[in-house]
Order: sequence, then structure tokens, then C-alpha cells
Amino acid sequence: MNRHLISAGDLSREDAVLILDTAAELASVADRPIKKLPTLRGRTVVNLFYEDSTRTRTSFEAAAKRLSADVINFSAKGSSVAKGESLKDTALTLEAMGSDAIVIRHPASGAPRRLTDWTSGRVINAGDGTHEHPTQALLDAFTIRQRLVGPDQRGKALDGIRVTIVGDVLHSRVARSNVLLLDTLGAEVTVVAPPTLMPWAIESWPCKASYDFDAELRKTDVVMMLRVQQERMSAAFFPTVREYRRRYGLDTGRMALLPEHAIVMHPGPMNRGVEIAAEVADSPRSTIVAQVANGVTVRMAVLYLMLGGAADGAA
Amino acid sequence: MCAMRPEPDHEPGASSPGQLDRPDYPSPHEQGWKAVLTPEEIRRALSRIAHEILERTHGGEGIVLLGIPTRGVYLARRLAARIGEFEGAPAPVGSLDVTMHRDDLRLRPARPLQRTEVPPDGVDGKTVVLVDDVLFSGRTVRAALDALNDLGRPRSVQLAVLVDRGHRELPIRADYVGKNLPTAHREAVRVLLAESDGEDSVLLGERDQ
Repeated sequence: MNRHLISAGDLSREDAVLILDTAAELASVADRPIKKLPTLRGRTVVNLFYEDSTRTRTSFEAAAKRLSADVINFSAKGSSVAKGESLKDTALTLEAMGSDAIVIRHPASGAPRRLTDWTSGRVINAGDGTHEHPTQALLDAFTIRQRLVGPDQRGKALDGIRVTIVGDVLHSRVARSNVLLLDTLGAEVTVVAPPTLMPWAIESWPCKASYDFDAELRKTDVVMMLRVQQERMSAAFFPTVREYRRRYGLDTGRMALLPEHAIVMHPGPMNRGVEIAAEVADSPRSTIVAQVANGVTVRMAVLYLMLGGAADGAA
Repeated sequence: MCAMRPEPDHEPGASSPGQLDRPDYPSPHEQGWKAVLTPEEIRRALSRIAHEILERTHGGEGIVLLGIPTRGVYLARRLAARIGEFEGAPAPVGSLDVTMHRDDLRLRPARPLQRTEVPPDGVDGKTVVLVDDVLFSGRTVRAALDALNDLGRPRSVQLAVLVDRGHRELPIRADYVGKNLPTAHREAVRVLLAESDGEDSVLLGERDQ
């Protein structure tokens, strides 16, 4: 695997399958009386969060702790960042404290990549601006494989599985990472968004694009709903929430059009009643809770593969 | 990462996870390798071990066989089947991956994990027989004892190996041994099993540098 995990596009198919296989083995740790492995004893993982997050930060924290790493949580609020410290100086401070890996979330796209210049440890991107969120894509791929590939999934990718990603693709780092990773794993991805929320260079993405949600519903195995990110929207991208919901929201009527086996995903946090109806989110087809649980095991796999071996990493 | 390097067999602190899928696993009849156990001898050794396990555990009461991947798992399954033939009911069998508990993880790139499967009744209060192909430094077994500790609290733990080649680095011994094989430290032992290698054989040769 690469030294850092910045983009889902950096992962080869072999790397990605290895991470999923490793996660599948680690999943059983959650069922054991002692939910802990000694593997990363003596390693220090810093969670460096410049943006609010419950799910991702606690998930990384749980993953690192289950592998016996020491975890330092660093959030921008209440730190020297509030006094104007730069990312570089923060990085040098953490470096001096002897961190082996930095898990970073930052509102600026590209901040994790920049951070790799200033630290000798590993850098894991936990979401940067509207750029990428590779571990979310990995846990989504893991969830899809778990639900649709069957019991003997070891070594398998997602060849031929049809995934439709719906909603605010323009602002979504989850969508970008998922498109890149799912394509690497052989899935057929279609993104659906209103014209105003479709990225400009969508033709250059390894996926199909559509404005018509209903047309895609019948021919998909996975529907991945994206959150409408009001905090990143600096302009009016759709007239009203009601109109967005009518054309791009997943309600029970639309869910009924899906093939029998199809699953419904959402990276969270959800806006119930906007992009996804409450009845859909709580239905047996929804994998939303499983995605959270899988987040911990997938992040354990990433931390193990990046930090568990020799310090110089690459063979 | 991901150029998973082929592992030299049974060096101190190394066992043999992941060889199953490795296309470059050397052909058994390469030059310089000498067969020290024939398929027939392996079969007889396993039958004897199965009998010894039954004898020592009073008919196999409360035993669980846990194989250490990769080849230990196949051996454990064979022993369980053998015990079934002798006693009528096969012994519960599973696998125990020790990768996360190894003491040499930091010496190489991270390795892929193997499967841990514990029979439904668990290991609490049971007599666990760990099964591996080759006993060398004892470090794999130490890792297995740690891994087992996280799964529960067996009443006792025993160790069965097909080959004991000596050169222990830890105070560990086997309860059941297929063959004691005196070796030089620079030599390597390879166990081939039909399940993973298409044939049964134990080979002795020079460790490739």
C-alpha cells in the first residue's frame, strides 16, 4: 500500500481488495470477549480534526484503540489553531510529540496532501473540503461486498455491481472517493444530480452521469444517497427543499421501484425528509447502521496495513 | 506495500501464512530438497497423534482442535476427521490466525490476515489442541497462546506438530510430535499438503538466501 492514504484513486485493485479482506477478518474482533488486539502497541495516532465530525473521528479513535495504539485527539476548536497557528506549525508540533500517523480532516481540499510534506509519519485523509474521503469509500465498498457478494467474499472485488450515487455530487467528497474506488473495484457507477449540483468535468470521471433519478432506479443494485450539504452551498442550487425532494429524494414510492435485492446506503449524517425519507432510512434495505459498524473495522484494516508492518513500509 | 514478499519457511519468528495463494511457492522437487517424510509416513504420524490425543484427553472429552494457518488448519482438520473415525464423533475444529500477535510484525511490511474460526461452543473450559506444521523457534506458538487468551479461557492448552525441527528460542515444547527432525539452523523445512500443494510431503533443504 502507499505511504499515505490521500485519495481513493491512489489505491490499486489489489490494495483495495487486501483492505477489504483484512477488514473482513477483523470484523470478528467485535464479537469477542476482548475487543482488542496488541498489534499497534506503542504507536501513536493523532486525530487532527479541523471540521466537526462525530462518526469519522470516533470511528478512527475506536479503530486505533482496538489495535492498542495511543490516540491523541486534536480538534481545531480550543487549540492553538484558534490563536492562528498554521497547519504547518501544528504538524511540526505533532511531529515533535512523536506521532506515527495523522488522521486529518480539513475544510480545505488538498490539506492532507500538503501535510505529507511536513511529517515523517503516515497521513490518512479523513475528508478534505470537497475533495475526497477515502476511508468512507472503503467502508461503503466493504458494506456492498458484504451484502451483495455473498459469504465467500475473500479476494473478490465488486465486478459488475451497479451503483447509483444520488444528490449533491458537486460538494461531495464521499461521491468522488466512491466513484474512484468503485471503478477500481470493477463496479459500474452512475451519478445522478440536478444540473446545478453536477460537477463541471463529470465526463472525466470514471462513471456515467444522469439527471433522471427515476430512470436509474430499476437498473441498479445499490442506491447511495448523499447528504445535501447546506453548509458548503454558497449559492442557491435548487429552488426549494420540496422540489429537490420531489425529484431527487428517496421515498417509499421510489424504493418500491428498486430491484428486490437492491440496498440503500447513506454516508450520514442524514437529513431525514430531505434526501431520504425516514421510512426508507429505517427499512431493512438500508445499510446505514451497518456502514457505521463497518467503518470501525475498515479503519482498523487501514491502520493495521499502514502502521502494523515495518516502519519504512513499502516492500 | 502489497508486493507481499514470499516468506522463507520456518525461520526464527516466521511461520507460513499466506502461502496458499502464492504462485511462486517452490516446486517440491526442485534441486536441493530432500524428502524426509513420505505421504504414507505423514498419514501414519497423524493417526498416531490422533490416538495420543484421545489417550491423553480420555477419549477426547471437551477437546477443540485449532489449526494455525495455513497448513496447521489442514492438519487440524485431518486430525479431527481421524478422531471421528476412531471415536465415532469428529472433534470440533477451527483455525487461529496469529498474525496480529506476532513479535516480528515490525520487521517486514504488514501481512495479510488469515481466518480465525472458533467452533460455536467456544474455547472456555475446553482442552484446546493447537496444531501447526513445523515447530521451530516457538514464536508462532507464543503468538498463538496470546491470541487464544483473547478468545477465552481454555481449561488447558496442548500443542501438536507434524515436524519438530529444534532450535527453540522460547520455553515451549510440543505435546504431540509427528517426527523429530534434527536440522542445522541454516536449513529449511517445507511441509507440503494435498489441500494446498497437491501432494503430501515434508522436504528438507538449504534456506534460500
